[in-house]
Amino acid sequence: MIVADQKPIEEILQMLEPYKRVLLLGCQSCVAVCMAGGEKEVGLLASAVRLARTSQGRPIEITEGVVKRQCDDEFNDLWRETIEQQEAVLSLACGVGVNKLSERFDLPILPALNTKFFGEVERQGIWTEVCAGCGNCILHMTGGICPIARCAKNLLNGPCGGVRADGTCEVSRNGPRPCAWVLIYERLGKLNQRKNMEQLFAAKDWSSDRHGGPRRRIREDMLL
Amino acid sequence: MSAHAEPKIVAFCCHYCAFAAADLAGVLRLKYPPNVHIIRLPCTGKLDALYVLKAFEAGADGVIVAGCLEGSCHFISGNIRAKKRVLAIKNLLPKLGIAPERLEFFNLSSAQGDRFAQIAREMVERVRALGSFHPAEEEDSHDRRGSEAHRRDLTDAGAL
Repeated sequence: MIVADQKPIEEILQMLEPYKRVLLLGCQSCVAVCMAGGEKEVGLLASAVRLARTSQGRPIEITEGVVKRQCDDEFNDLWRETIEQQEAVLSLACGVGVNKLSERFDLPILPALNTKFFGEVERQGIWTEVCAGCGNCILHMTGGICPIARCAKNLLNGPCGGVRADGTCEVSRNGPRPCAWVLIYERLGKLNQRKNMEQLFAAKDWSSDRHGGPRRRIREDMLL
Repeated sequence: MSAHAEPKIVAFCCHYCAFAAADLAGVLRLKYPPNVHIIRLPCTGKLDALYVLKAFEAGADGVIVAGCLEGSCHFISGNIRAKKRVLAIKNLLPKLGIAPERLEFFNLSSAQGDRFAQIAREMVERVRALGSFHPAEEEDSHDRRGSEAHRRDLTDAGAL
């Protein structure tokens, strides 16, 4: 899923500063699962903003809502009339939802979240990046563990010298993380596929990543 | 902001300990200020940050969250979870212009009726010293809407 984080409340209040009538629109997909922009978070943020603005003596009229998927006009259209009555919309969707609403409606669409990465639920309250969306999967060779996302250096022929004796990586963000290539080695052992380690990967062709600009997927057979 | 004559305190109490302690305070005829409005939760682990914010929106000047003593939660760790949530809300409140002292978490057992009365007195005094937080109930429609939503949330929680 797409993992996002709510922006600091100070930043959100600053964005809302010029407005007196806004819609807080959440999304019931990825950001609801990662507890950043679902119905519950919409309610909480709306309450916090109302309290802050009331204590500033500048009350704000907030409408609360959620759509099934904010990356899809079909669902956003259900909110069209409400959206058109607002001075601005504070979107609690990922960046895709904010872009989608901005393309469709002629009013400011403000992001309440910082969109972070494609992640898994490690356990409740912890989400971890496991896919980088590089556009060319090699997971069948690496036991289903992605070195592009999970290795700090995106190494295809790891591990590097930065792996510690306990199997963690020298690069540590939010606590020590296991070396992706140690995980791959152990996983391939369990699958009896350790011979995969003997294959050297050639330099990666990054053209499928986003270095060539925004990507697009077209399925001719599905076009109407 | 208009001033309340008396501060309003909302107390979210767990069924097994804090609510029973409040009940005991009544049975023992202990005096405590009538400003404390008790809302029973099945466990403080049911507490959501939204309950607290909605309480403030609905006109509360202070909020108490009271659960079992640590290690005695009927649901094992609900009070520990609630404590973490209260801490997170206390960090948020100053950013909304609300003094964090208006919210407090307490642990007490069902046998501590006197402690409940003491907590009620302490919080009323503390909040009275801080003054009224909130615009009066008649302030605007947001308050009324907040109040209704608050009741709805609590009904959903099985608290009312």
